[in-house]
Amino acid sequence: MKGKKPINYWKSEYIGRMLVTFCGFLIVFATLAIIVFICSKGIQSFTQSHISLKEMLFSKQWAPNDSAHPKYGAVIFIVGSTLVSIGAVLLSAPIAIALAVFINYIWPEFGTKVLKPVLELLIGIPSVVYGFLGVTLLVPMLRDSFGGVGFSLIAGIIVLSIMILPTIASIAADAIGAVPHAYLEASYGLGSTRWQAISRVIVPAARKGILTGVVLGLARAFGEALAVQMVIGNTVKLPSGLYSPTATLTGILTMDMSNTLNGTAWNNALWTLAMILLLISFFFILIVRAIGQRGGK
Amino acid sequence: MLKRNLKLAMGALLITGALAGCGNSDSTAKETGENKKEETAQSYSGTLTAAGSTALQPLAEEAANEFMQKYPDVSITVQGGGSGTGVNQVAAGAVQIGNSDVPSAEKIEDKTKAGELVDNKVAGIAFALVVNKDVKVESLTAQQIQDIFSGKVKNWKEVGGNDEKINVINRPASSGTRATFEKTLMKGVKVNDSIGTVQDSNGAVEQAIKSTPGAISYVAMSYLVGDKANALTTLKIDGAEPTVENIKAQKYPFWSYEYMVTKGEAQDAVKGFIDFVKSEEFAAKVKEMGYIPISELE
Amino acid sequence: MKARTVDAIWTGILYAISFLVVVLLGFFIVTIILRGWGFWDPQFLFGNPSNTQAGGGIGPQLFNSLYMLVLTLLISVPLGLGAGIYLAEYAKQGKLLSFIRLCIEAMASLPSIVVGLFGLLVFVTLTGWGYTLIGGALAITILNLPGLTRVCENAILDVPYSVKEASLGLGATRWQTLVRVVLPAALPQIITGVILAAGRIFGEAAALIYTAGLTTPFLNASADLSSKLNPFNMFRPAETLTVHIWKLNSEGIVPDAKLIAAKSAAILIVMVLLFNIAARLISVLLQRYFTGSKGRKKRNANKIAV
Repeated sequence: MKGKKPINYWKSEYIGRMLVTFCGFLIVFATLAIIVFICSKGIQSFTQSHISLKEMLFSKQWAPNDSAHPKYGAVIFIVGSTLVSIGAVLLSAPIAIALAVFINYIWPEFGTKVLKPVLELLIGIPSVVYGFLGVTLLVPMLRDSFGGVGFSLIAGIIVLSIMILPTIASIAADAIGAVPHAYLEASYGLGSTRWQAISRVIVPAARKGILTGVVLGLARAFGEALAVQMVIGNTVKLPSGLYSPTATLTGILTMDMSNTLNGTAWNNALWTLAMILLLISFFFILIVRAIGQRGGK
Repeated sequence: MLKRNLKLAMGALLITGALAGCGNSDSTAKETGENKKEETAQSYSGTLTAAGSTALQPLAEEAANEFMQKYPDVSITVQGGGSGTGVNQVAAGAVQIGNSDVPSAEKIEDKTKAGELVDNKVAGIAFALVVNKDVKVESLTAQQIQDIFSGKVKNWKEVGGNDEKINVINRPASSGTRATFEKTLMKGVKVNDSIGTVQDSNGAVEQAIKSTPGAISYVAMSYLVGDKANALTTLKIDGAEPTVENIKAQKYPFWSYEYMVTKGEAQDAVKGFIDFVKSEEFAAKVKEMGYIPISELE
Repeated sequence: MKARTVDAIWTGILYAISFLVVVLLGFFIVTIILRGWGFWDPQFLFGNPSNTQAGGGIGPQLFNSLYMLVLTLLISVPLGLGAGIYLAEYAKQGKLLSFIRLCIEAMASLPSIVVGLFGLLVFVTLTGWGYTLIGGALAITILNLPGLTRVCENAILDVPYSVKEASLGLGATRWQTLVRVVLPAALPQIITGVILAAGRIFGEAAALIYTAGLTTPFLNASADLSSKLNPFNMFRPAETLTVHIWKLNSEGIVPDAKLIAAKSAAILIVMVLLFNIAARLISVLLQRYFTGSKGRKKRNANKIAV
């Protein structure tokens, strides 16, 4: 790129532009390829194995190993995944918003020097390690204090809430940081305390960004596999309460996918579960977009 | 500058990849030992991969290590991934040996494909019913086991233990261990999946049993080696302990064969390796690792 | 005054929550490191693992993790940088851009297990490679690319427009401006982002179990590069440290499986700590080196890439 001739300028300009455009489109291609692959495998349970879509989506009976009357209802896993993810967000979001406020308004110095690095480290801890901590610390603790076996919905919720905390907190912190400082000054001017300004002006003004963080946290919670599978108990039934074990989409995938054979109805049904997982995470992305567009900026 | 360096690195990478790719395509297990040294009657070479059952994986890895020491021209890789993956991959030709806890015919639905696959029994594996240390029962009958896992019996006092809730822990429905459990002990009685919890692996089961009072589950004997054996209580089934003698005398039902599945009859290095796993020479190691040598079962 | 009391109470609550989170992390790190105490023993760090006897090491797994990291970065950084440049500099507003962004967001939300299964279908079975390092690296690239793209795009967008204008005004082309002016200015932020991503690559397991496999052949550096035994062959199976922890906890039959897993976890945490410290140091150093618009960049350099 040391060339001095004008023609070289245009060449580098042209080639560079081609290269980066290629990179941009590669992402599109990869995403589409994944969708096509997973979905083409996922619909095989309907086209090849003749499982009814209605059974898949509305039946609570999951018994693909029953040789006489196999059943492929995915309701338990969809409900299990939903409950554990929503529970995790309910627990995590208030803490995340508190952190975001703290970072921006209470003690920014401590926020940037300590809290943000801490959140980054929390992301960096591998999910296997979270699962291991969950099994060896959290599960026995829950069993001793609340009875039961300890492997439960609440154990999954707690582990997940820690894992998605950095996601929600960092997006919320950016959103709150983007609220113009004039808002704060204006409410001080009107005689409000710091808390009144934060709770009635700043946080509401940043609610779009916060909501985006919450939905992305939800999406992340839905897709998390190993840690949740290790602590939730994986019992194929709807949970009767917070302390009762249940199963999730990712859990059943990790456990059964590698033990079943390509082309069998069982394996196809699992791919359909993977497809459902994929579609749910897209659904969340669409929600995020809708939030972004509503009252667009 | 940075960009240029990256380009260079990428270039180097591509070349490496191409080289490796070339090497890969001809490194199947097809080569015979003949074109090598003629001095020994048996000499193997080539690269082969075995994948599948996690229960068989430790034994296969150990066998691979010893086999490679004996025949340095052979390179064997052993992968886990589950019995299903093993059979899938050997059927697709991606690996030469598929390790499986169950005969491939039981897994494959497409019978035409099943015909191509050959199941080689390489070892036996015994399983044990294990309970938490606080459970005061020493032996269960097959009937009692069926009652417990189908959810009919919910308290240990109903089967002669202390007054304590039974916490059932199962393996996933697709696992080979679970399949053997259902076949040899449940005998048509359905395992009730809505009671108790499900743990993914021997290790997870061990962890859960150790920490859950009143817990019962089943693990592979090959897993219960060293201090793990002392952390859990092993139950007798109908009064019989899980020993090779009891299995041979047909007193202890809870065991199965382990299979190395090949596409077509095994040949050359693949055959050599499978024969080695079954050989008298390797039998002591098989026993030491908690499996049952095939020579003692046939 | 009542409002003042409420204010004080809530401020107290916010302090409490923030310190609790810090304490929680401290507790995790201390627990993990204490459980894996003694992880620095060179025999353990560089030794070969044993299938049957206690006292084995994690040498190959550690090497695989690092090699996997390098490979993944070599693939994903140029792609992420390219895509980031495209989005920041060349893409025109409109339906197409909106679609590309949708794809990036969708890719970012892919569950890692779905990516692993996709990798199993494509990189393992379809290509006929079997379980390979490169397959694993490609799978993590998919997981990593959206984040890297976002980091690069933001870094480029954060370069003040006046700088670009000056360069373009001097007669430089858009590409020259980009390569010689914008990228150097955006570099600190990009490097910080890349190092933080490296921490996450190190910790990935679910996607690798299906693509890079669960075992490593006996590595021998003198073997032919095409041999599966050569540590640098990308077309060999490679169990990384994270996958090793998972395997030890699920099926490890070595007598000291639990201890090896605990020590490996301690090493992972220490590595993640080191990556974070390195990211911070390098970002500060580069900031000083390039000087320029300090205040503005400093805020964004600390942004967490999600």
